[in-house]
Amino acid sequence: MEQPLKDLLSNDVLAYVIMAFIPLLWIVPYALFAVWLERKVSAHMQDRLGPMRVGGWHGWAQTIADILKLVQKEDIVPSAADKKLHFLSPWVVFIGSYAAFAAIPFSSAYVGSNINLGLFYVIAVSTLVVVGILMAGWSSNNKWSLFGAMRSAAQIVSYEIPTALALLAVVMIAGTLNLQEINQQQTGWFWHWYIFKKFPFVFVAFIIYFVASLAETNRTPFDLPEAESELVAGYHTEYSGMKFALFFLAEYANMFAVSAIGATLFLGGWNSPFGDFLGGPIWGVFWFLSKGMFFVVVQMWLRWTLPRLRVDQLMYVSWKVLTPWAFVCILGVGFWMMM
Amino acid sequence: MSDLLTAPVKTSTGRSLRSEEMIINMGPQHPSTHGVLRLELVVDGEIVVDVIPHIGYLHRCFEKHSEHMTNYQQVIPYCDRMDYVAAMNMEMGYVVAVEKLLGIQVPERVEYIRVIMNELQRIASHLIAAGTYGLDVGAFTPFLYMFRDRERILDLFETTCGARLLYNYIWVGGLSHDLPPGFIDKAKAFCNYFRPKIKEYNDLLTFNEIFIKRTANVGVLPADVAIAYGCSGPMLRGSGVDWDLRRDDPYSIYDRFSWEVQIGKGEVGTAGDCWDRYMVRIREMEQSLNIIEQALAQIPEGDIASAIPRRIRPNAGEVYVRTESARGELGFYVVSDGSATPYRVKARSPSFVNLSVLPEICRGSMIADVVAITGSTDIVLGEVDR
Repeated sequence: MEQPLKDLLSNDVLAYVIMAFIPLLWIVPYALFAVWLERKVSAHMQDRLGPMRVGGWHGWAQTIADILKLVQKEDIVPSAADKKLHFLSPWVVFIGSYAAFAAIPFSSAYVGSNINLGLFYVIAVSTLVVVGILMAGWSSNNKWSLFGAMRSAAQIVSYEIPTALALLAVVMIAGTLNLQEINQQQTGWFWHWYIFKKFPFVFVAFIIYFVASLAETNRTPFDLPEAESELVAGYHTEYSGMKFALFFLAEYANMFAVSAIGATLFLGGWNSPFGDFLGGPIWGVFWFLSKGMFFVVVQMWLRWTLPRLRVDQLMYVSWKVLTPWAFVCILGVGFWMMM
Repeated sequence: MSDLLTAPVKTSTGRSLRSEEMIINMGPQHPSTHGVLRLELVVDGEIVVDVIPHIGYLHRCFEKHSEHMTNYQQVIPYCDRMDYVAAMNMEMGYVVAVEKLLGIQVPERVEYIRVIMNELQRIASHLIAAGTYGLDVGAFTPFLYMFRDRERILDLFETTCGARLLYNYIWVGGLSHDLPPGFIDKAKAFCNYFRPKIKEYNDLLTFNEIFIKRTANVGVLPADVAIAYGCSGPMLRGSGVDWDLRRDDPYSIYDRFSWEVQIGKGEVGTAGDCWDRYMVRIREMEQSLNIIEQALAQIPEGDIASAIPRRIRPNAGEVYVRTESARGELGFYVVSDGSATPYRVKARSPSFVNLSVLPEICRGSMIADVVAITGSTDIVLGEVDR
């Protein structure tokens, strides 16, 4: 899609800008939809109805109304806050989760930037979120916010390791870090997906990746940074209005980003599960988004089912459970390939 | 560990870094202090060195007000507002005390209705305790399941006396209303509906691996400490002390029913941990159902008020009566000088006493544990402050 755009516009810079904005066309409607969906999923799990009024059919316009409300709200900055950092941090968090979409292939015809180090780039750039969260916690000048930020930094840095190791298992088989190429290698029926290769090592790696990614997106049972019953609202306690909305948007964007990476590496990304049936670049978008959304819904399901771990138990899960098993997966895949 | 905490941290150049404890303020506006409790936490990182509870944000001079009513009956609505999630239990405590002061017996039917209402209230109160406890450790869904079932109890109360939270139902010498037609069938239907729901809570929350991890071996309250602090109710029974006033010092007609006192046995951790206290409440709900079913089967016909004058004037004297509320031993000390108003009313509220043990069991735990422990003490600030 990059080359046709350049030819069409005869302006390389404009083509790059348009390429960069395409994921936003998905993320913003997706976030609005996902917030509504989360409310409906949680409501139906809890014997409630959830939003039913705004917009008529099952309250579909509820999040739009919420965004309008947030836009109108006063932007309160605590008087003792570090104003520059306080202003910057929501953007850093959002950029961190948005930038990851650049290397994720949405279909065989579209990937924001088809770079050879795609996976490496995604893992690296999503760590930017930690910086933003630390900035938010520090600049708010609130002890609860700071606690949330410190927990978040410790948590995300710890869980990067099992995440990266679990992804390495696939990279070893694929022999490339280019996400588009990894997708192309999985073309065909669903048993060509990497999750079913070198069974059960990659399968276990996928489970490890999914659990660790829950921690990276601060979702239950690892939602300690914003544990509302302990830390009020964690690092975004002191944020209101659109800045708060940006944190929210970033959280949902991040949820989809980790789901999309999981789908790309383990579940064939934009490949149809049924060989050539409903294949091609257009249906590819559909398959990719469906796989991503499936894991977003699983994340919601877990959130409304499980309690929250304590901070030391969280570290235990990362260092003593997930990381060793991720190493086992890598070793298993390695030996298998040697034989 | 205290050495580790106080030892100065040295940098690579040998300079010592000063590290100090931080004081953070939890409440009175905090989602999980269950009302307007303020906890001053002295923390070292995530480790809690000390907890200092500050109370009094909901003090409404209940005891002083009681001395300035025009008669004894007018105190009852104030009792409701002590423990507002177990108002029937509060009324019961006061009314039993005044009746003892008067030396009167109430009709059989009244006693049965009172027991039924008290046990329904105990279930409703334990549902709040268990539900909000789930909320404290991060599980949102069980909370709403339990509130859904609590609604059915409140509906029963509403059909009986019109109120859903603060009833003014149990009066000195009787009740404000008789049971409405069809109440007994509805209550039986509730018992049949509710019994299987307890299993649902257990599946969803009680035996959840993460929930057990968060609550087992946390906030362990040994039996001797519990007794030394005067803890009562599920707090005391959770520590393995077999003590329930309904059985050991029966009031009303509790000696007529067969049921079992539930105690914490340390099934998943140490006896007296948060999980035990939580589990005692879950199991007590089942026992309360047993009592309700027996009472519903035996309830006789009859009057709902004994023949007492509108303005009662007990002979000069004093009385102390203790009853088992949902939170523990509720004592009422009532002094009469022979006039139509009480000379003095003093309530021994279980939440206040149970709260006093909080610093003892919180020291050395983590911030997240403080939330879990506070939740497991199941305090109601209206009753702590009165």
